[in-house]
Amino acid sequence: MLFIMDYFLELLLGGLTRGSIYALIALGYTMVYGIIQLINFAHGEIYMIGAFTALIVASILTMLGWNHIAIIVIAAFIAVIYSSAYGYTVEKIAYKPLRHAPRLSALISAIGMSLFLQNYVLLAQTSDFLPFPSLIPDFEFLEPYAHIIRSTEIVILVTTTIVMILLTFLIKFTKIGKAMRATAQDRNMAMLVGVDVNRVISVTFIVGSATAALGGVLIASHIGQINFYIGFIAGIKAFVAAVLGGIGSIPGAVLGSLVLGWTESFFTGYVSSDYEDVFAFLFLVFILIFKPSGIMGRSEQEKV
Amino acid sequence: MIKIDEIKKSFFVSLWFMFLTFPIMVIRVNTIENVVEWRWERMFFIGVGIFILSFVWRYLIKRKELGIKKAEAGDIGKVPLGQRIFEERRIYIPALIAVAVFIIVFPFTFSMYQTTIMLTALIYIMCGLGLNIVVGLAGLLDLGYVAFYAVGAYSYALLNYHFGVSFWFALPIGASIGFFFGILLGYPVLRLRGDYLAIVTLGFGEIIRLILENWNEFSFGPSGIANIPRPGFFGIQFSLHSATIYIYFVMIALVIFTIFVVSRLQNSRLGRAWIALREDEVACQAMGIDKTKTKLTAFALGATWAGMAGVLFAAKTTFINPASFTLWESIFFLCVVVLGGMGSVTGVILGALVLVLLPEYLRVFSEYRILVFGAVLVIMMVFRPGGIITNVRRTYKFEGLGENNKNYH
Repeated sequence: MLFIMDYFLELLLGGLTRGSIYALIALGYTMVYGIIQLINFAHGEIYMIGAFTALIVASILTMLGWNHIAIIVIAAFIAVIYSSAYGYTVEKIAYKPLRHAPRLSALISAIGMSLFLQNYVLLAQTSDFLPFPSLIPDFEFLEPYAHIIRSTEIVILVTTTIVMILLTFLIKFTKIGKAMRATAQDRNMAMLVGVDVNRVISVTFIVGSATAALGGVLIASHIGQINFYIGFIAGIKAFVAAVLGGIGSIPGAVLGSLVLGWTESFFTGYVSSDYEDVFAFLFLVFILIFKPSGIMGRSEQEKV
Repeated sequence: MIKIDEIKKSFFVSLWFMFLTFPIMVIRVNTIENVVEWRWERMFFIGVGIFILSFVWRYLIKRKELGIKKAEAGDIGKVPLGQRIFEERRIYIPALIAVAVFIIVFPFTFSMYQTTIMLTALIYIMCGLGLNIVVGLAGLLDLGYVAFYAVGAYSYALLNYHFGVSFWFALPIGASIGFFFGILLGYPVLRLRGDYLAIVTLGFGEIIRLILENWNEFSFGPSGIANIPRPGFFGIQFSLHSATIYIYFVMIALVIFTIFVVSRLQNSRLGRAWIALREDEVACQAMGIDKTKTKLTAFALGATWAGMAGVLFAAKTTFINPASFTLWESIFFLCVVVLGGMGSVTGVILGALVLVLLPEYLRVFSEYRILVFGAVLVIMMVFRPGGIITNVRRTYKFEGLGENNKNYH
């Protein structure tokens, strides 16, 4: 009985961790979508670049023999800066000239950017899996529960929670957050009342990329290896999560990610690991059929 | 004075890119031997390269904006080249004859390698034209198109394996199974709009691939199915060389059939309903068009062509496994349609040829070809969002009405 309970708890926490990582990536998708209605296909690549930058910085600092905690903090910080810079630049090159073009064109441009960034990292670095140094120490107080939860999972959960709180604060209470909400509601109207829409879009990309980079660093230290292709799969999953929760809605993205994380975790744990992704997608299809705008999405009223 | 400004701008842009590419381009760590490799020379190349590129970029953006302004002022300029070719019979007919001659001569003059590449391009043309119905005409973004392609390929492979069904019987069967799947998957999801539809179709595409990969008893899993026979001619089996040429002509015939059907559909009542639905759903329903039925026909017809192309693919490669039916394939089909020019048949054909042949002949820089491919997609969309051949809508011109209108002003 105890064993069954432990197993359940392990799956529950595993799903929560997985969901938190999806949430960190899904936030960027949903924010960008809310503001310019674009599926930013290159977002997964931004996450991958974050993980790579962190890996490079962390490896160099490890060779210099720094303290582990200092390394992870510095690596994460630099990864966030670089990912934000990439997000900002990608928007300026691939999306800004397409503001008034059909949405499909912007989507194709995003796909092109995703291909480009993937191969850029592949060519400049390597196609092999690189080992990511395990920097997060094993907490002593966790020892009795080590079979249920690992210390990396605790770090992921805590970081995600902090990021969520900060993000909620940013969007609800700051001036730029207000401008973001205004732009998401009606871009033209926001422009009329003096919101600098281009700046808002840039900030959205920067914030979204920064959270994705954090996700990249966390997952890399959790799983322990990365390659140039990790962004694609994570990006698709996070996108599914964002749609599941109702794309454009920030609490929706978090909820969708957690639901997806748990679904996958319990399904693999109790049924079969072969069909994990099948089940995740079937779940998405069912939710969307019965609730076409996602769990927390607003149902769009059409005005003629 | 402007010149100095421009130089300053480019200078900062190149500085920015040098900063941006610094960790990934310059540093490489070898975690096993604990060595850090610094490649400073790359930073210099990037700086110089970006400095020049930023001038080109700004010039092109400026030119594009000028074009938009011109169009807004009512100065449409010359008719696009693609359009001009079709309007002037003097160019159109000899061009058609030249293309026909080229098509017939091609497999005999070029090597088998070239013919095989051309076969791939022809399959992409078929899929592109099928997807064009769904995306280009009906405006339904389908990211799981490869599912129907896989269904077609597997239906031929499995029917042949279990019952020895030949290619010519499998072709209509594959097409109908594609059609059936199109309706089956289309019916529940067509209520969704835009991006939701995109992600659900993506999900279906992945589900079908994963089932094929994991259900070993049914589809032989990742190892796939080998020894699928090439098409025969009334029971005669050819040698490899003549079989390739034979498939080539079969495909040409099917592509011509596809072009015929698609261009007839485009101007039919149904085709106009698709275009109208793409432009405005509400207005369309107000005009009495059955939304579900119209969308479903688009979806199912697109799937039919994918099924057919799938059978051809299986017959061409004689081996299939789930790895040929990934999401990237769907994205590639979508790129064929969008790059060529949505809704335009000639555009899709050109798009497929460019997208298949370009990477093949770029093999010299084989490492860089996907990088270049990605960059081309972005640049193409930024500077020519309508695709290679922009589809010009059929319009009815009222001669003389313009002058009458002037009198009222």
